[in-house]
Amino acid sequence: MAKVKHESDWYPLESGESVLDALLRQGVSIPNACRAGACQSCLMRAVAGTVPEAAQVGLKDTLRAQGYFLACACRPPEGTLLEVTGAEALRIPARIQALSWLSTSVLRVRLVTDSPLAYHAGQYLSLVREDGLTRSYSLASLPHEDALELHVRLLPGGAMSGWLAHDARPGDRLQVQGPAGSCFYVPGRPEQPLLLAGTGTGLAPLYGIVRDALAAGHAGPIWLFHGARTPEGLYLTSELRALAEQHPQFRYRPGVLEGGTRDVAEGALDALIRAECPKPLGWRAWLCGDGPLVLSLRKKLFLAGLSLKDLHTDAFLPSVPQGQRTSDAGAR
Amino acid sequence: MSVTAEKSVYEQLGGEPAMAAAVEVFYRKVLADDHISHFFEDVDMERQAAKQKAFLTMVTGGPVHYSGKDMRAGHAPLVKRGLNDSHFDAVAGHLKATLEELGVAAPLVAKVLTIAESARADVLGR
Ligand SMILES: Cc1cc2nc3c(=O)[nH]c(=O)nc-3n(C[C@H](O)[C@H](O)[C@H](O)COP(=O)(O)OP(=O)(O)OC[C@H]3O[C@@H](n4cnc5c(N)ncnc54)[C@H](O)[C@@H]3O)c2cc1C
Ligand code: FES
Repeated sequence: MAKVKHESDWYPLESGESVLDALLRQGVSIPNACRAGACQSCLMRAVAGTVPEAAQVGLKDTLRAQGYFLACACRPPEGTLLEVTGAEALRIPARIQALSWLSTSVLRVRLVTDSPLAYHAGQYLSLVREDGLTRSYSLASLPHEDALELHVRLLPGGAMSGWLAHDARPGDRLQVQGPAGSCFYVPGRPEQPLLLAGTGTGLAPLYGIVRDALAAGHAGPIWLFHGARTPEGLYLTSELRALAEQHPQFRYRPGVLEGGTRDVAEGALDALIRAECPKPLGWRAWLCGDGPLVLSLRKKLFLAGLSLKDLHTDAFLPSVPQGQRTSDAGAR
Repeated sequence: MSVTAEKSVYEQLGGEPAMAAAVEVFYRKVLADDHISHFFEDVDMERQAAKQKAFLTMVTGGPVHYSGKDMRAGHAPLVKRGLNDSHFDAVAGHLKATLEELGVAAPLVAKVLTIAESARADVLGR
């Protein structure tokens, strides 16, 4: 049996169980959301004992070297003795600067951190409420801007989005942890065509990446496809149209499943992309938002000729209610 | 040169960089084939591509050492889902096409396919 020590108590792990599941099962509260190794909400640090390699996939080298790991992806082999602590040391206090609606269902959250957060446009962070509720959100801002900007879609019954939309006020304090993710622009190859696609608030990281690439002087075509079910699901449309007018290499293509107009295409996002960019060979692409859509788009673009190393994705995996998806989480 | 005879096909093809180039072409063919793509539904494409690369490295005699037992265990769930000779033939066909597309000489292609063929019984759990 493997055992985990947390705050002076030892907790036994069932065979094949993750550190996160074992601690939650035995009443220890650990921040978590996706339970699939994607959001990095469950970051912990091993102070004694070794964690399996799989528990550190996607972490920055500096974090790995300090023994940080993802509790939901950590299934230590039989006989392991592991001592762990939380990731509190990595959290930065922040306060809400402003809250405003970008559309009927998307809230713009601006945050100011007590100490600066170093990040690349397009990365995401974990937002930790005072009671420990944790969710991941992508950054729509650029690092030199004075506030962090998040785009949060209000979900019916959503714990974090509901709180932000209805109860949170400017001045409220919370913490951020991160950044994480490799969905960002890296300068070089300034003529390479870029393809950015996402649905809903998948626009948040893409909005950052587009502005970052333009600021870096990217000269090749930059295509941005933003999809939604209906026109109400689109947002920042006038900002993006203005940006396209200033930068002829930037092409903004909003699309909806129903209710298209002269300015907004109608049809599935992958069909729109195929119609406008039929041969994306040698392009670089970023795909963000709804999980299944991102994964299916990635497959289609790979089959169309994009190389896996040029395909960057952030799937917005939903949180897992406690007690569900314990055995197959992390099997992505 | 006499040393050439001792070199593995893997080395003759160009080692790791050649495998890295081949794996995307090969994996694309496998994914696009409706007859077999459902065996490759794992959403983690990086992981799948890594497996394809390990496979290519193995059948070219490179530094990956699968035992027959690993092959059996690894494919057992797929055999349960109906993996059979027709699927094995399809993958071998894509392997051949990939190597040909990359300009690998016919005798080397034949060698690789012979090695792949030798794994058939283990892959299909017979
Ligand atoms: C890497 C990453 C980046 C993310 N970036 C963003 C972002 O920029 N903007 C943003 O709005 N969200 C983003 N998310 C999603 C976000 O972390 C939360 O999952 C989301 O805000 C819902 O949290 P909640 O507490 O409001 O709802 P919860 O209380 O967690 O969920 C309420 C119910 O809705 C379900 N649910 C949650 N999400 C979805 C969904 N997308 N579709 C269908 N059902 C769902 C839950 O399973 C639950 O049953 C990201 C997620 C990840 C992993
Ligand atoms: S990474 Fe562990 S809960 Fe998301």
